[in-house]
This record gives sequence, C-alpha cells and structure tokens, in this order.
Amino acid sequence: MSTVLLLLITGLGLGALYFLVASGLSLIYGLMGVLNFAHGSFLTLGAFLGWEVARRMEDGSWLTFGVSILVGAVVGATVATLTELLLIRPLYLRHIEQVLVTVGLSLATVALFEGIWGVDPIYVVGPEWLNDTTDIAGALIPNDRFVLIAAALIVLLGLVVFLKRTRYGLIIRAGVENRAMVTALGVDVRRAFTLVFAIGGAAAGIGGVLASHYFGYVSPLIGGSLLIFAFIVTVIGGLGSLTGAAIASVVVAVLQQFANFYLGGTGDFMVVALLAVVLLVKPTGLLGSKA
Amino acid sequence: MIADPILRVEALSASIDGQQVVEKVDFEVPATGVTAVLGRNGVGKTSTLKAVLGLISRSGVVEFDGVRIDGERTHRVVQRGIGYVPEDREVFASLTVAENLRLAARGGAPHRDMVDELFPDLVARTAQRAGSLSGGQQQMLSLARVLMNDNRLLLVDEPTKGLAPRIVTEVAAALERAAAVTPVLLVEQNLPVVRRLAHTVVVIEGGRVIHAGPAAELLDDDERTQQLLGVHSTDHSAPRGDTDHSAPRGDTDHSAPRGADNTREETS
Repeated sequence: MSTVLLLLITGLGLGALYFLVASGLSLIYGLMGVLNFAHGSFLTLGAFLGWEVARRMEDGSWLTFGVSILVGAVVGATVATLTELLLIRPLYLRHIEQVLVTVGLSLATVALFEGIWGVDPIYVVGPEWLNDTTDIAGALIPNDRFVLIAAALIVLLGLVVFLKRTRYGLIIRAGVENRAMVTALGVDVRRAFTLVFAIGGAAAGIGGVLASHYFGYVSPLIGGSLLIFAFIVTVIGGLGSLTGAAIASVVVAVLQQFANFYLGGTGDFMVVALLAVVLLVKPTGLLGSKA
Repeated sequence: MIADPILRVEALSASIDGQQVVEKVDFEVPATGVTAVLGRNGVGKTSTLKAVLGLISRSGVVEFDGVRIDGERTHRVVQRGIGYVPEDREVFASLTVAENLRLAARGGAPHRDMVDELFPDLVARTAQRAGSLSGGQQQMLSLARVLMNDNRLLLVDEPTKGLAPRIVTEVAAALERAAAVTPVLLVEQNLPVVRRLAHTVVVIEGGRVIHAGPAAELLDDDERTQQLLGVHSTDHSAPRGDTDHSAPRGDTDHSAPRGADNTREETS
C-alpha cells in the first residue's frame, strides 16, 4: 500500500512538471497552430538563471527558493515573448517554417547553454524541508512532490481564472476554436499570440526551477528531456485543451511511475503505447477538437 | 458608376492554397441600401467577401469610403466599420451567447438595445453555450454580433441558408432594419429574400462579374435570371440541398419542396 501511495504521489509530482511545460505548448498550438520545439529552452534557461540567482543569495532558504521561481517565470516569459515577436511572428501562418525555426532555436540554445554552463549537471540546493520526507500511511513521500503539485495547481487555477475572467482569456478561448473569425470580429489576435507565448514561457520557466529541485540538478538537456513527454501529454490531452493537458499529465506520469516499478522499467514504452492507442482511438485527444 | 460608393472593388483577385477563386472582379457598393452578390454554386461569392476583408490572400484595389484598405489586416478593416456575418454562422460553440457578444462588442456596442429587441430569444439564453443553440438562434447570434456595433457597411453571407421560413422572415426583417441605416453587401441564394431586400445586384460567374444593375430589373426578367443564375426568378421554393442538416430540428425547413439544385455555393 505504501509503495502504491509513494508511486502515486511521485507520479502526481512528475505530472505537475509535465503540466507546467505542456500547458503552454497546448495553448500555443491550440491558438496559433505552432508546434514549439523551443519550449524546452525556455524551461532550461529559467532553471539556469533561477539557479544563478539562488547561488548568489542565501543557499537553502525559502526566500531564495521563491526568488528563483520568480526569476524562472520572468526569464521564461521574456524569452518566449522575444521568440514570438522576432521568430514566430514574421512567419505567421507558415507552420512548417515556424516548426523549423523552433527546432533550430532549440538546438542552438542547448549548444549555447553548454558553452556557458558546461555539459555536466550542476547540483542545486533548496530548502532543507524539500529533501525531507513526510510519512503518509506508511509511505515516506519526498516533500518536493508536494511543492510541485501545489505549484501546478496554482498555475492551473491562475490559467483557468485568466481564461474565464479576462478579455484576453476570452479572445484566446475563441481563437483556439476559430482564429480567423476572431479577427473578422475586429480583434487583433496577434497580441493574444504574444500573451500566450509569454504565459507558456512563464509556466515553463517555473517548471524549469522546480525540475532542477525535483531532479536535484540543472543541465542543458533538462528542458529537452521534459519536452518529449510534454508533447505526448499535449497530444493525449487534446491540442488546445488546458484541462486535457492537466488530466493527461497525471495519467502519463502515474502510468510511467507504475510501469517503471511493476513492469521492469517500461514506463517510457507504456507512455508511447498509450499515445499510440489514443491516436488510434481518438485522434483529437481526450478533450481536444483538433486532430 | 455610383456617386460616392461606400465600397469600391477593382481588379480584385483572390486565391486559397494557391488556387484562384476570384479573378479581377470589379464592382461598387452604394452608400445606401442592399447590394446582393448572386451567382451559381462555387463561383466565388463567399471568397469575394472574404477577399474584401482580407481573410484570404488577395490582390487588387479595395477602397472603403474613399480609403484603400487592401493592404490592411482583417481586424483593422473591421475596425474601420465593416461588419461581417459569415456563411454557416461561425459562432464560437464553446462560448456562451453573452461571451460571443462580449467578444464582438466594439465601441461599447451602441446598438445592443436594438439587438435585444430584434432577437429576444437570445436575451433569454445569454448563459447558454452557442454550440447548443438551434441553427436559427445561431444565425441570430451571428447577426447580433455585428448589428450591435456601429458599422458603416455590413458584409452578410447567406444569412437564410438552411433556416425555416419563419426564421428566414425574422432574419430578413432584421437585415431590412439594419439596411435602413447601414449599407449591406449580401450574398444570398434565396431570391425572394433578394427581391425583398436588394436594390442592386452583382452577378458573379467563374470568379468574374458578368452582370451588375438594379435588382428589380434582373429579377423581373425571368429568362435573364434563368440564364445568369440557373433558377427562375419566380421560383420561391427553397433550393434543393439548402437544408442545414446540422441544424437542430425545428429550425430546419424539412417541408421545403426540392427545387433547383444549382443555387448552393460551396464554401470558398
């Protein structure tokens, strides 16, 4: 029982990380039709600069941890905004070129990060409580899982409130459904594009800092490794669906954890198998409307 | 030549995915009344409206109230005061009626009261998702999004398509009221509606304008109408295939007799 609980909560923690990356990917694709392969770079840069700020402050304090998350969010949002304005916008509606430019940016930034910070993992230090465990029904749960889950829930709640209660949220929801018709109502949907990139980048930046604490290190490849699963989550959840991304994040991560433990380390294989099944049975994903 | 037209289109061409759908079209829309764009299926009527708005790739001159707008992006064109009611309504199905209206509101939606008066059915359904409305209610919502704003020209694409006769009458009445103050460029297959609303007609064939003139002059000439449009101007029946099978029962005219089958345009 304690093993199941441990796997379940660890899966939820990993799912929270997937969600932080996938939420932006899903909204960006849903609204703009852009498959953003550079999204992992937003995450990695957020993680590195979060760590850079943290190591200049008091190591291991909650304040430092909080500031590094804030830095990750700001860095992610800024880089994502610049990417949209400088690289994506000039290629508006040229989806193949947009994919190519994001792939190129992803490769170039990994090389850049390796040049600046080296190829070896850099170990991060967080508040001591994060490294402790909490006993729940006999299962010793690492505390960082709770922080990941809480962060993802806060981001999810914030995004839902933003999408439901604000004018831009309304534009984004309508744009995901029919972008051309939004412009035909006199709305400049391109501003929403930039905003969605910024929001996605901020979530990825937060995810980057939290991922560095989850894995215990930051490296130039941390974004790319999470991006693969975030893409799978995005497709399984349904392109453009935030709720779908949240559900799929949990399903994928929990499946991964259980398969790794009970089925001889086949977690990644099972996730890909699940993707194949979803694509065959419901190509639009769990809650998506676009195949 | 019309004195001070609200819209002037000259050598307008448009393409979709590299395929030419409108070819060097010229016409003008007077600053008052309804101008109907007519033609057989797939001749480029819908594409012409979309090209005016910049929703599809275009070339040529589009002048709105004396100002060239062919280089402007769609939202700018609309903000100049051109309202667009698309074919097939294109309401945002996942949004509520109120959200659809809120999204479309410009400049405080000065004519919201008139819209509420015209479409009381919508007022009672503000919290309902647009996707769950009947076909007729969706058409009312599509019209309401445009009529509540201060526009100087309306582009209306097949507003009566697939609607029951009672709803057609309501939609025509709403357009008639709107046209009293705002010029309308109307794509419409329902000739009785054209006869009721339009002052001028432009007939398109193969992406080109082949006839332009007073509506009554064409529609009173049954032989000419048959020649240009493939239907009799006296045929008041709903065209075959004009039934919107996606519309919930009750708004769809299942009793409509099957008439000419060549008055339905494919979406361009």
